[in-house]
Amino acid sequence: MIWETVRLSLRSIRRNVLRSFLTLLGIVIGVAAVIAMLTIGSGTTEKVKADISKLGSNLLVVRSGRPAGPGGPGGLEQVVRPLAEKDLAALVAHLTGARAISPASQKQVRVIFGTESLTSGVTGTDSAYLDARDWKLVSGRPFSDSETRSGTGVCLIGETVRQQFFGAGDPEGEIIRVNRTSCKIVGLLEPKGYTGFGQDQDNVVLMPLHAYQRRIAGNRDIDSIYIAADDRTPTSELQPRVEDILRDARRITPDRESDFAIRDMTQIADAMASATATMTGMLGAVAGVSLLVGGIGIMNIMLVSVTERTREIGIRLAIGAHEKHILIQFLVEATVLSLLGGIIGILIGLALAGLASVTLTIPFAPSPAVILLAVGFSALIGMVFGFFPALRGARLDPIDALRHE
Amino acid sequence: MASGAHLITFDKVWKSYGQGEARIHALAGVDLAIRRGEFVAIMGPSGSGKSTAMNIIGCLDTPTAGTYSFMGIDAGRLDRNRRAMLRNLYVGFVFQGYNLLARTTAAENVELPLIYRGVASRERRDLAMQALAQVGLVGREHHTPAELSGGQQQRVAIARAIVTRPTLLVADEPTGNLDTARTHEIMELLTKLNEELGLTITMVTHEADVAEYAKRTIRFVDGRVASDTAKLEVAQP
Repeated sequence: MIWETVRLSLRSIRRNVLRSFLTLLGIVIGVAAVIAMLTIGSGTTEKVKADISKLGSNLLVVRSGRPAGPGGPGGLEQVVRPLAEKDLAALVAHLTGARAISPASQKQVRVIFGTESLTSGVTGTDSAYLDARDWKLVSGRPFSDSETRSGTGVCLIGETVRQQFFGAGDPEGEIIRVNRTSCKIVGLLEPKGYTGFGQDQDNVVLMPLHAYQRRIAGNRDIDSIYIAADDRTPTSELQPRVEDILRDARRITPDRESDFAIRDMTQIADAMASATATMTGMLGAVAGVSLLVGGIGIMNIMLVSVTERTREIGIRLAIGAHEKHILIQFLVEATVLSLLGGIIGILIGLALAGLASVTLTIPFAPSPAVILLAVGFSALIGMVFGFFPALRGARLDPIDALRHE
Repeated sequence: MASGAHLITFDKVWKSYGQGEARIHALAGVDLAIRRGEFVAIMGPSGSGKSTAMNIIGCLDTPTAGTYSFMGIDAGRLDRNRRAMLRNLYVGFVFQGYNLLARTTAAENVELPLIYRGVASRERRDLAMQALAQVGLVGREHHTPAELSGGQQQRVAIARAIVTRPTLLVADEPTGNLDTARTHEIMELLTKLNEELGLTITMVTHEADVAEYAKRTIRFVDGRVASDTAKLEVAQP
């Protein structure tokens, strides 16, 4: 009986292809929006997590200045005393439990090769940087210690820089101009793609810190120090040690606050991931509203359908259909309709999410739970919004219904 | 029960609409009895109550007062779903406007009452084919109403009415939309069903030559039976 009814409803859906399609559209768009939002959202969350772990797992980053409070970076209240090489030296000499300690100073700088130019993130650092950040070279070699010490004009470039200047060619040994200085490319960094915030992690140039300080920054400052914990030491344990050593090196008396900030990337990763997840949930909820609108569309069309088929209902009642037969017929029809819309919506939503994952280079992360939920929810919408019209059909008087033109 | 020999009995049946001053009596105390196997034409001007009487006979409607008994059952006191069951089991309907489901094949239309009876698909198909054969529509099973002529559509409707092997066929102006030639074909078909299957037929019509096919004519005027005449020339077996 149920199977008959399902077949019957499929047939009546097929009979009005255009109208059924237009009715479905509401549900299709709603479900597609929800699925796309949630899938892209969870992909982004994964991406953010991966990105931050790419910054280096168990990584502490020291910057000068007080920790930015709710007021943001503008909230610094005193002239910032930058980090200096003696701070780095103190950490290298005294810190235990660290796998790599590396300085970094950064600036957006115009990089030129031949007639091409590109604004790139140029970082002055040393050979431990790659280890600290867990970056790898595709080809070439890192800076040698002597290059780091003497500030030789050598550099490592990211994939974006390579593509801009050399296409698919081999960049090694080529000389590029960075600001007003030149440097020789000695290695190519492994591509890392975009961050969850759309920042190109491959548009980078690394050069020895001294070379950067002398030729680009024009000072002896260090913007930040990256400290990677070794496998046995959690960052939470490493952080107070770093603080002690730096306070000592920077001669900060116990009554004063530190004039530097230590960030634990693991914590930031968690915070970012949960923020993205919240965002995803909210976007999903907004998309969910369109599902409701789709449901009202179903109700509308089912009411039209019941009115339009009053005579048919009359015939069915006359030849012996019970109220429940008519009720089930229209309920099944509404449910099948919205379920169909749900399935099409899921496919479109997944396709959209797939497209987004390609263009935004985030992982494609469809969730079976979300898909099942969407199927169930669209069926539920059909039942809920189809019930009132179906009941109206079932309650018709066969004599009136047969007389209906 | 006294009405045991009768298929249909009206005992002082009233059907009234409206309230107070505006109250209208479509049927005003009708007494009537129809036996199994009869072929009855119900005639009368519009507003005479003949349609109301037919709706009550077909268990579509219930009397306001009085007793309507069908097969010895007090059908006038049954609820909607029980009357639906009664219709499904014992009554077939043929309407003036055919009332077939559009964009649905002849066979599927004929199968419809069997679906509500819970008959399995294969058996349904077989019974539908038999019914279509009985009305002379072999080879048209897969045509939709739009592809059939009026006469053929009415034959499909008759097949749908008899596919359940009902006791009673209720026909409401079955030839109202047909030309003379088609009218006679349909009436001959009904006569054949009456004579060969012993099917009881009650038929509303306002055409005297259509009523001629029936063996008894009941004429309604102002909600009452004005005349009830059996055809004289029919020889009783």
